[in-house]
Amino acid sequence: MTEERLRSLLVRGLVGDESAYRTFLGELAAHLRSWLRGRLARLPEEAEDLLQELLLTVHNQRHTYEPKQPLKPWVHAIARYKLIDLLRRRSRNEMLNDPLDNDDELFAAADGEAAEARYDLAKLLDQLPDRQRLPIFYVKIEGASVADAAKRTGMSESAVKVGIHRGLKALAAKIRNIE
Amino acid sequence: MLSAGAEPVNARRVAWRYLLAVSGGSLAALALTAGALKLNPALPQELSAPMFWAREAFCASLAMAGLVGTARLARPGRPLGSVPVGIALPVIAMWALAALSLHAAPPVARANLIFGHTARVCPFLIAMIALPVFVALVWVLRGLAPTRPRLTGAVAGLAAGSLGALAYSLHCPELAAPFIGIWYLLGITICATLGAWAGTRLLRW
Repeated sequence: MTEERLRSLLVRGLVGDESAYRTFLGELAAHLRSWLRGRLARLPEEAEDLLQELLLTVHNQRHTYEPKQPLKPWVHAIARYKLIDLLRRRSRNEMLNDPLDNDDELFAAADGEAAEARYDLAKLLDQLPDRQRLPIFYVKIEGASVADAAKRTGMSESAVKVGIHRGLKALAAKIRNIE
Repeated sequence: MLSAGAEPVNARRVAWRYLLAVSGGSLAALALTAGALKLNPALPQELSAPMFWAREAFCASLAMAGLVGTARLARPGRPLGSVPVGIALPVIAMWALAALSLHAAPPVARANLIFGHTARVCPFLIAMIALPVFVALVWVLRGLAPTRPRLTGAVAGLAAGSLGALAYSLHCPELAAPFIGIWYLLGITICATLGAWAGTRLLRW
């Protein structure tokens, strides 16, 4: 059974078995991806970002898992908490997030507008720390792949994804402050 | 990747933090009671009064239920189980004692059983003395992952309020069950309400 298998992998990971832990995260990612696909069908990019955030959270909060406890409710409670958090955030600043996430729309506008938007974005981006600014610049503005950006910044791929995610969140907050 | 940072998790660390927070917070609450309010001079004689121990048991059992509830809510996917019953039982028992003592007392003495001499300050002093305990519990909770921040804050506030009331009882001269069932409970409820408010702000992760 998946529950039993994943649980024993995690429990071994908690006492320091690195390869068991790696397998656990990999299989958990597959489960979470299909769980998210059902819930964020219309937001595939958000779903991928949230998946990365969930894996990071599971990792950071693994000390809150008790080995006797069933695994599924634990993972489920974390996933639901983060999903609700995301949806709440989105509904609060839906209009501000969309143009940022959707590069096509933003840069398909008239040339002058696009140049202005780029200029404003550059000013905002400059305020972010490098670990967020560079991934956003390479991936979201230049259109490089995550792997490519990881190579160019010397960061790991997951760090690049987390940087993009956090950076976009910070940008949205900055834009909200301007208006 | 994440798995590269898979150093073993120390399962005892969380338990140590709880122990540190509860003992440190309670000591601070006792110091506040003894320092800012002075201990009740009649304390040695009261030790033989059954109502003294009923009051201590009321506060201690509420604190225990609150701490168990806090620990459960702090970990994702743990059900609350019998915690609500554990919170309700001491309250019902104290109210039953209060009803008995009001029923047995002559009508002119009833107001005194309810208001005593300190009803006006009691709830607020309890909330003040509970504050260090609540701060300590929030410190532990911020290292954990409560998926229901408001409820977690409320239950942690209840635990802190009950421990605060336990410390405050060493100053408080009131032993009447109606007084405790109303004003002590009100002080604890203030803490739970403030805890719920603080929970949504301080316990996000």
